[in-house]
Amino acid sequence: MYVAVKGGEKAIDAAHRLLADRRRGDRDVPALSLEQIAGQLGLAVDRVMAEGSLFDPELAALAVKQSRGDLIEAIFLLRAYRTTLSRFGYARPVDTAAMLIERRISATFKDLPGGQLLGSTFDYTHRLLDPALATDEAVDAPDHRAGDGAATPRVTDLLGDEGLIEPDAKGGAEPGDLTRISPEFPMDRDLRLQALARGDEGWLLALGYSTQRGYGRTHPFVGEIRIGEVEIEIDMPGLDFPVVAGRIRLTECQMVNQFKGSAKEPPQFTRGYGLVFGQSERKAMAMALVDRALRARDFGEDVVAPAQDEEFVIAHCDNVQATGFVEHLKLPHYVDFQAELQLVRAMRAEWASAPEDERREAAE
Amino acid sequence: MPARSEFAAGFADPVRDSQTVFRAVMDAMAHPGRIVGVAPELTPPTPLTATSGAIVLCLCDSDTRLWIDDNSPPAVSEWLGFQTGAPLTGNPAEAAFALVLDGEASPSLGQFCLGTQEYPDRSTTLVMQVQSLTGGAPLRLTGPGIDGSTTIAPVGLPRDFLTHWAENRARFPRGVDVILCAPDSVVGLPRSVSLSPERV
Amino acid sequence: MEAARRRVHRILALANAQALRQACAAICDATPAAMLRGPETGMVMARGRIGGSGAAFNIGDVSLTRASVRLANGAIGHAAHLGRDAGRVRLAAIVDALWQDPERRREIEDRIVAPLERFVEARDAKLGGEVAATKVDFFTLVRGED
Repeated sequence: MYVAVKGGEKAIDAAHRLLADRRRGDRDVPALSLEQIAGQLGLAVDRVMAEGSLFDPELAALAVKQSRGDLIEAIFLLRAYRTTLSRFGYARPVDTAAMLIERRISATFKDLPGGQLLGSTFDYTHRLLDPALATDEAVDAPDHRAGDGAATPRVTDLLGDEGLIEPDAKGGAEPGDLTRISPEFPMDRDLRLQALARGDEGWLLALGYSTQRGYGRTHPFVGEIRIGEVEIEIDMPGLDFPVVAGRIRLTECQMVNQFKGSAKEPPQFTRGYGLVFGQSERKAMAMALVDRALRARDFGEDVVAPAQDEEFVIAHCDNVQATGFVEHLKLPHYVDFQAELQLVRAMRAEWASAPEDERREAAE
Repeated sequence: MPARSEFAAGFADPVRDSQTVFRAVMDAMAHPGRIVGVAPELTPPTPLTATSGAIVLCLCDSDTRLWIDDNSPPAVSEWLGFQTGAPLTGNPAEAAFALVLDGEASPSLGQFCLGTQEYPDRSTTLVMQVQSLTGGAPLRLTGPGIDGSTTIAPVGLPRDFLTHWAENRARFPRGVDVILCAPDSVVGLPRSVSLSPERV
Repeated sequence: MEAARRRVHRILALANAQALRQACAAICDATPAAMLRGPETGMVMARGRIGGSGAAFNIGDVSLTRASVRLANGAIGHAAHLGRDAGRVRLAAIVDALWQDPERRREIEDRIVAPLERFVEARDAKLGGEVAATKVDFFTLVRGED
């Protein structure tokens, strides 16, 4: 419990002025523009959009600037802004097979139709700090090669033909929406994926990692990762047909998991799925690992590890909720603590006055 | 392609206009029986008045199911659908909001969504258009938000409204809330209010 | 007709703001239009499909601005674009209304839609070429005999 206390207004005003000053930093150094943040710190902006649950690069860049680069604070700012926007409706589901590909790799098939497209990746870099980047040196234009126009079907669609891999579960039902109903457990997979898509990257990374280290092993292979833009198609009042309203960048990860079969299911490859706003391979992969781990019950697997525990995973994946509850501890708790002080003093007095053997008994 | 003539304009200044209307509705619900002026600049399709039209624009969006009485012309539902994006429903029991233009065509209050014991807030709010809030048979209101008692005299209430209201009151905490809308003003009737004929 | 109009909506939405303004400004500025709704900024919930083609689920919201206009001849135009740029959406709604007039359609197609379509195609082709340059060309070094 915390109580309202008066006083401190001046201190708070001064603290906010100081924050503004420190955020701006040395006035001799030019201020960051939102274009610079969105253009040169694009992956930070992507994370803020994904976990802030609002795709808008300009607003996310503003949030990064305002939060001085504290991304969870930026996510909090974007979530808060998001609540002021009215919801016009639900877009048609995106078609990731029709993605304008910027990167596409598979760890399971070398020669997949459409090929492996590395795109702009940190993979194969040597992770050596590059002093050249400390200056404003000119950067070469990217190479260009005439595209062959080959289609890039999803790998899981290719595997599906043999029946070795579980098919996508079709569902005509309207998906649930966590932003409109309070979560209840057990939870359907559509709601879990929504929670994971906006969930904390670090939390998902750690849980995904734990499954690899043996806490709920799922034998994963990356069937495919693809990054690129998809068209958002919406229905709007006044038009009798859906229209394209623009494109957003997404990262999709298809995890393929070897499964030795159970009483319920024959041996086959099962699947975990990750889909995240922006370019965020690590998050999409971790999401796919956790999605698969959370499906343990569907395949008759024992639920023994944290990553398989639906309520544990979902209830703690939102970093805005988490930071709110953790950080509220720094708010004044003067009254509670006074009560605790009195209680501890009374217990100590009782303890001190009791004979030695009674103390030992109480301890046991 | 022929233009659809049902597309009349909505709020000129959506933020300010809907805030003004919301404030008025909130005041009316907090002070049951008080006549609160609402006269927005709006020309909805007849017989919808500017006042009741503005309240629906202000309160409804794509997340709220809207029920409209059967005698309303299609232009009304098309305009409201276009302006608010609210999905229309033919089933009063699943409506978040209901627009009653013709009291005679309205089902009894008990047929709307009444909420549950756990979530009484999930009941229907009725926007009920009446001819006037004065000049009718006087009704005495008592309940929370009223100092002692107060009186309204609306013209154009549905038949048997008092009986249905008494049933609604008895279901508390479940039950519907009603906003009575005259052409330039509203009265709030939250479910906590008791209504009885005034003895003259 | 419906397909042709959807195509116009798509191209206007995919063009960037600068290209859109350049293509539309002269024609739209000469067209008086009354606002029926908006321009208003809100959001739509983007959806994916589980596994890529399964049941739908919600990913997160996307900011979106929409507008509807009425021209002097009574034609009504709509537009909805991602982002918060009210100006571009108003222009696109006017273009949608003008396009519906058979007498103006040719002009709108030639002066606005066609150049923007070329713009979008060129931009996509440039990106596609840059990505294609990073395509892995596997070749076998040594092949063991069975």
